Formats: sequence, C-alpha cells, structure tokens
Amino acid sequence: MRTQITVQRFNPDRTPEHFVSNYSIECDRGTTLLSALLHIKNQIDGTLTFRASCRAAICGSCLMQVNGVQKLACRVSLHEELETRGRLEIGPMANMLVIKDMVVELASFWKKIKAITPYVVADEGAASGAPTRQRAQQAAPLQNIHEELHNADGCIMCAACLSACATFEVSPGFLGPAALAKAYRFVVDPRDKVRQDRLMMLQEDHGIWDCVRCNFCVSVCPKEVAPMEQIVRLRRLSIAAGLNESVEAAHITQFTKVVGEEGRLNETRLPVLMLWGHWRKLFRMIPLAIKMFLRGKAPFPFKRPKGYKQVQAIFKSRTDRNR
Amino acid sequence: MKYAYYPGCAAKGATPELHQATLKVVERLGIEIVEIDNFNCCGAGVITEADPDLAYLLNAKTLAAAEALGLDIMTVCGTCQGTLGGINKVLQTDETLRNRINVSLKEATGLAYNGTVAVKHLQWILVQDYGLDTLKRAVVLPLNKLAIAPFYGCYILRPASAVRFDNWENPQSLEKLIKALGAEPVLYDGRTKCCGFPVFLEKEEIALGMVGSRVAEAKGQGANAMVTPCPLCHMSLDIYQERSGEKIEIAPGQDRKMNMPILHLPQLLGLALGFTAKELGMKHHFVSTASIDDRLEGK
Ligand code: SF4
Ligand code: SF4
Ligand code: FES
Repeated sequence: MRTQITVQRFNPDRTPEHFVSNYSIECDRGTTLLSALLHIKNQIDGTLTFRASCRAAICGSCLMQVNGVQKLACRVSLHEELETRGRLEIGPMANMLVIKDMVVELASFWKKIKAITPYVVADEGAASGAPTRQRAQQAAPLQNIHEELHNADGCIMCAACLSACATFEVSPGFLGPAALAKAYRFVVDPRDKVRQDRLMMLQEDHGIWDCVRCNFCVSVCPKEVAPMEQIVRLRRLSIAAGLNESVEAAHITQFTKVVGEEGRLNETRLPVLMLWGHWRKLFRMIPLAIKMFLRGKAPFPFKRPKGYKQVQAIFKSRTDRNR
Repeated sequence: MKYAYYPGCAAKGATPELHQATLKVVERLGIEIVEIDNFNCCGAGVITEADPDLAYLLNAKTLAAAEALGLDIMTVCGTCQGTLGGINKVLQTDETLRNRINVSLKEATGLAYNGTVAVKHLQWILVQDYGLDTLKRAVVLPLNKLAIAPFYGCYILRPASAVRFDNWENPQSLEKLIKALGAEPVLYDGRTKCCGFPVFLEKEEIALGMVGSRVAEAKGQGANAMVTPCPLCHMSLDIYQERSGEKIEIAPGQDRKMNMPILHLPQLLGLALGFTAKELGMKHHFVSTASIDDRLEGK
C-alpha cells in the first residue's frame, strides 16, 4: 500500500522558518514509522534528521510527535496509525526547543533528572560526590523492592511524559514526570540514606505538588512507568513523613476530613480549611468567594446530606485499622 | 431507559445549574433517572492520595447502592466518571480486592458490591445507548449559528484503563453531539488538555496559565462558546477566565477579557431542546451567556 507521510521540518542552516515536507512511501502491515523514516533518509531525502538507535523501544531516542501524540517512532505501526487516525503527521516532540527536524534540545530534560540525585546515596559521604568503596550487598533489604518500585525503574528516558505534561507546558521549571518517578524510585530504595532530604526537596516549588494529575504522562509512557502514580505515592509518603503543613498537603488532608464529616465535599469549607494561616492566598480568594455567593454558587457551609452517618462509619473503619 | 443518577458534589454544590439542566434534559429526552439516595463524594482522586482503600470503600458504597436498584449509573461529571468508573473497573476485575473491600464495607454499612454495575457519563449514554439519530429528532432549535469548542478535560479520557470509551488521542463523542444539535464543532489542540482545577488554591499561576491558553485557543479558532462534560472544568474556565486574562498573549490594543461563555453539556443540549438560558440556570455563570442567545435569535 502506498501512503503519504507529512513531516514538520526545521533546518536553520537553510531557512529560519519551519516548513513541511510530504513523502510518499510503500508500507505493509509490519512497517514501523522508524523504518519508513530510515527509508526516506536513505532513498528519498538525506536531509531528514531524527534520533534513533535500537529500533526496539529500548534506547528511548526516537520519541516524536505522531498525529499530535508523543510516541516512539520504532513502536508506531503505520498501518495501525492510519487505521485509527486516517493520516500520518509527524513532527518533533511538543514543548521542547527544536534543533533540527525531529531533533530537540534535551539538556533541560537531563537537568531535571540530575536535580533529583538519580543514584542511591548509601552513606552520607557519597552525597559529596567522593567515591566510596563498594560493600558486599545484602540481599535481604532488597527482597521486596520489586513490588515497592511499581515499575518506576522501567524508565528509558524517552522524555515522552515531559513533552506531554500539562504543567510543564505552562511552567517549564517543573521537575516533570520522569524525574519525579525517578525520585520515587530512590525514595523507596532501602539502601538509600537520604530519604527525608529527598522528600523535603520535593516539597519545593516545581516539585511533586505542581502536578495537576492530568494523566498525560501515564497515557504516553511507552514503558508503563505511570509517573503520575509515583507522584501520588510521593505525596502520600510526604504526608506520612510529617511534611503536612503546606497548602498542598492540606488539600488532601482537609478534603478527606470534610468528606469524612459531611459525606460530600463542601466547596465553601474546604478553601477556608486549606488556606487558613496562608493569608495572602486566602485573601486572593475573597473576591471570588463573594461573587460565587452572589451567583448562588456557594453552598451553605454546614449542610449535611442525610447519609453521612454511613460515610462516617466507613471513615471510622479506616482510622481504626490505621491505628 | 433508566439509570441510577449520581450527580456528584459539584452539581449539588458550586454548579447547581448542572443538576438543574440535567433534570430538564433527561426528562425531555425520556431518559428515566433515580437519584442515588444520600450519595457520597467519589473522592475526586484526592482521597486516593490520602488512602486508596478509603476511596475504594466510598465508591463501592455508591456502586452497591446502584446494584441494589438493579440499574447502571449515570454521571454528569467527568471527574466523577473517571474516579467512580475507574474504581468500578478495578473492583470488577480484581476479585481479591473486591472481597477485601466488601468485608469492611459490610461491617460499616451493611452493603456489598458484586461488580455488576456499569458507570456511564451522560455524554456516552447519548452517543451509545440513546443514539444520535434519536437525539437529532428531539432537537427543536438547531444550533446552526453556533461554533462550539468541545473541552473534554482529563478524567473522562485518561487513563485509558479507566475509560475505554473515547480514544484519548482523538476523542469524538462531544463532536458528534455538537453536530447532532446542529452546531459546528471547533477543532483545537487544547480540547483534551487540563483545565488546571486541581491546583487552583495552591498553584494559581499554573492553573491560570492553563485556563488562559485553553480559552484563548478556542477563541482563536472561532468558537462562540465552549462546552464541557465536567463541572470542575466548568468552574476553572468560567470562574477563573477573567483572571486568566493576565496570562494570555494578546495583540496590542486587544482586550484581555475573552468573554467566552462556558456551557455544561446538558445546557448545550437544553438549548437545542428549546429550553431558555434561564431554565438552564445560566444566571449562575460568571461569564455572561447573553452572546449565545443573541446569536440564536439572529441578532
Ligand atoms: S499527571 Fe502530573 S506529571 Fe503527569 S503529565 Fe500531568 S501534570 Fe505532568
Ligand atoms: S517515564 Fe516513561 S515516558 Fe517518561 S521518560 Fe521514562 S519511559 Fe519515557
Ligand atoms: S530507536 Fe530506540 S527506542 Fe526507538
């Protein structure tokens, strides 16, 4: 079957403008996007530029945008893509600086990974960067690590998640899904000695609380790392480790408290409980709160639906268990 | 056609217009609903962050209540759909977990869930169960003067494991509904992105950035209004729209006020079924919807 591939191009040596190239290629059931691109580069247009190496979804180099979605070119079947989307529009991954064609600047991605100290700090001295002697590994502490990691160690650093991340799009300083998933991977490693420092660092701006839980990272990740779920675990671990004073942590604890008391979320009470003590933020809410009240959008703060007793019983069963 | 109706906290709280419009629309379409007695919060993914088992229990209670009625659940909130629907999928497939949850649920409430209920958003019910052709026949005021930008929001699309209706990469159900009502769907990148709602109180900068770019993009593509199946997205796009004007790039002399009316899905349906803006509760909105009326009246 012959098909057409439309490629978003950029080559600053030739022209400062982005441009589009169309290529007509032969494809059968087994053709991957990467093999099509290699064919184009070898036979049709040698200037077409992209990164690739393993051809088997291992190295993570060939990430690009395929019909608007971040995908590994070597894992995309042209046939399937045509069947579901009816067209093949390819371009560099979103929200990154383009160097040439599909090649983007990844320095900012690596900087984020480095920022979370992506290695086990086995003793305090290691954090300084000084080499330490390898000791005999004890197997026992690592016995259950596989379950604990929840596949957070499966990352191939393809950057799909960062490129698709809703927060990163509007806030480029955000550490992002891949780095945070990696942070989780070291937080739960029993050999690591700086767990609390790690958690504290993640509370800062651009850390775990900047995630909006949009699920883009979970959806695009080719390795089922589910970064957002690791971020949620980091939030839970932070609260359990006593890092519960922030507005962000209060969102979780107070939301849960309100539902536990009333059975439902009370949109009037929650912001007050969350922002109490954080006066600047609370103050900024006041004009909106007044307008909401005037528009009939602010429910009476102390109403309780009838069924809240059952909900309270459910909550009680949980607190009894956790005690 | 009969469903157990799960309104969710927002439709009974900060977006009462959603509940109001839903009741009007389902009655006109002949879809029968029974509101789940004393329904509780789904947890919106937040309670899961505190204690996953607690979220399972709260939603198992809702599912058990619908099961006792012998009905599938209808939601009108994208976030409830994602949470309740997602947890339903897990409870249906993981029997060990379901049994464990049922033990605590029974102790606390006397209820148990056997995994027989389907959870469907009104949006899906109309496309799949009710049918677009039937819907078309019910339209009394075709909305052919309106260009409508669909805004899906996150949880009605992702993660795919919880949803399995629209393909998140290229969802079509809102577009189909918009067309069935006679209006023209507007295509823009932001339709499947995030509204920023989950971080409004703590990270307003990030959230406003999202609202600003969604609304500005829809406007740039010629939308007269945006429609969403999620009341939390509605709150973001409506309540914070004016503030998000600080965040958008504008040409010199252009107004930062975007004045983009934001409609709940049942409100858009309601307009085509002949209800007035007043009957659909539009007085509760922050951004005026008068421009829609003007257009429909050909002014
Ligand atoms: S869930 Fe969080 S980390 Fe993942 S893409 Fe969305 S905002 Fe980014
Ligand atoms: S988490 Fe997944 S999407 Fe993100 S870089 Fe790693 S492999 Fe790629
Ligand atoms: S070429 Fe290695 S992941 Fe695609």
